[in-house]
Amino acid sequence: MRRPAHGSVVVVCGVLIALSVALCVLGLGAGSSGWHNPFAAWQDVTERQILLEIRAPRTLGAWLVGALLGLSGAVAQGLFRNPLAEPYLLGSSSGATLALAMVLSFSGQSALASSIAGRFGVTGLAFVGALGGVALTLFIARGASHTLRLLLSGVVVGVVLGALTSLMTVWSSELWRTMQSFMLGNTGLLGWSACVVLLVAWVLTLPLALLLARVLDALTLGDETARSLGIPLGWARAALVMVLALSAGAAVAQAGLIAFVGLAAPHLVRRHTQTRHSGLLVAASLMGGVLLQGADVLARWAIAPEELPVGVLTAVLGGAYLLWLMHRRAV
Amino acid sequence: MSSDAASALLSVQGLSAHFGHTAVLQNIDLACHAGQWLAVVGPNGAGKSTLLRCMAGLLMPSRGQVLLEGVAMPHWSASARARQVSWLSQQAQDDTPMTVYDTVALGRLPHQGWMGLSARTMLDEQAIQTALTDTDMTQSALRPLNALSGGERQRAWLARALAVHASVLLLDEPNAHLDAPHQRLLTRVLRREAAQGRAVVSVVHDLSLALAADRLAVMAQGRLLAVGTRDDQVVHRAIEQVFDQALAIVQVQDRWMAVPQI
Repeated sequence: MRRPAHGSVVVVCGVLIALSVALCVLGLGAGSSGWHNPFAAWQDVTERQILLEIRAPRTLGAWLVGALLGLSGAVAQGLFRNPLAEPYLLGSSSGATLALAMVLSFSGQSALASSIAGRFGVTGLAFVGALGGVALTLFIARGASHTLRLLLSGVVVGVVLGALTSLMTVWSSELWRTMQSFMLGNTGLLGWSACVVLLVAWVLTLPLALLLARVLDALTLGDETARSLGIPLGWARAALVMVLALSAGAAVAQAGLIAFVGLAAPHLVRRHTQTRHSGLLVAASLMGGVLLQGADVLARWAIAPEELPVGVLTAVLGGAYLLWLMHRRAV
Repeated sequence: MSSDAASALLSVQGLSAHFGHTAVLQNIDLACHAGQWLAVVGPNGAGKSTLLRCMAGLLMPSRGQVLLEGVAMPHWSASARARQVSWLSQQAQDDTPMTVYDTVALGRLPHQGWMGLSARTMLDEQAIQTALTDTDMTQSALRPLNALSGGERQRAWLARALAVHASVLLLDEPNAHLDAPHQRLLTRVLRREAAQGRAVVSVVHDLSLALAADRLAVMAQGRLLAVGTRDDQVVHRAIEQVFDQALAIVQVQDRWMAVPQI
């Protein structure tokens, strides 16, 4: 018997890259007054500036956020051996939201808060908050060695930090309005500097995740079998949590709470190919990029010249997809 | 150390284990020799699986020690231990979409460097192919595990354990879900593995299969009651006793069989 070549993963990745390029062209052309050929728009100075300064970084940024969410979703589902695991499970989103709420609440009242906000910027603070949420989860779980304890701690941190954020927004209706775009997920503010941050996060986390792909494969057989195969589970889990925290933290800091992309991307890949984690991680990342890029174009086009919050779109479409999956008993 | 334990590939000395305040293993001494198949039998809750987990270095005993080639288990590095001892769990995960081939290939992880990062060699490929052939899984190699029957999945996991090529095989209920032809195949494979110089230890509930092993260890309530060859009358009486005389060990032609007493 010949060794399986996993050819289908290569085909899936090829199709996803082609889709990404096609969506890139669509994204460059999609404006408030409908779709314009981006190649023709290049001739006009103003159009070229809009293309280069607004649409290009937004389109690329949306793809990178989706790619990070798809990657972290695949890592989370492998780490927790749970098909419903998603990138925000360890408290990154609730940490980012609370950090943002705190600084926005106090920045007008306290010199320290204003100084912190000025030094880190909104996305920097959200990133620090996301990492802080994961660190709190790890502290409560006493490390990453016990999967169920880690999962439960993540849920507790998510609920408690979410409640604190809600409390702050109840006190200040102005805060809710300010944070709305973050809470609903937004790709409209992604610029070139955000793209650089997202690209660095993707370039760091994808190879690290690939180095741990065999560990994720072994974990599918259960913790004890993985240990019996000589896997140092403590170190491996800590590294996987780091990948999860960095990728989800970078995505949530730049684009807010984008729902369902991280959950759905690995499932969509698994539907089309049986693969080990090395193939799944790459394909799920590409799939996440395509999903969010597609949602971003749709959000701009659906009710133009108005725009839908992209997070709402991914939540509605993702929720419908999950219901469909449940109906087909595929989950 | 007794001479029996000193010559053993894997030995257990004065081993006790607790879950909370409950003692699940009490003062067990057992030696597993190269070239022998040892079957561990006993009623539910006797501590058989816990004993196997301690022997695999997956559970720290509260007292006593496990020696692998005369060296205490904690002194072995995780990867070196994984190359020497292969363990098959009683309850493996059954919802993975990985193919049978990829699952069996995980058995070669201990030979592929830190975190399995080294490339697969020809030796790895040969070990995978042999394990698939031994378990009659070659035809199903490209099918995902979650699309297989219980018996086929069991054979895939068994192939994963065989692919390690370890000197000690610790198998917890390797015959679970297997039909008669594949139980016979399993018996032949375990005998062959032992004949090749490995120490094979299996927990089995099918006593007729256990009576095909070279030696038997009889357990009840966390204690080891008897150890001996399959022809040993003391072992036969211990089996009848721990199963509350619900069966009798009888000889049929040249084989020992467990016959239910109705």
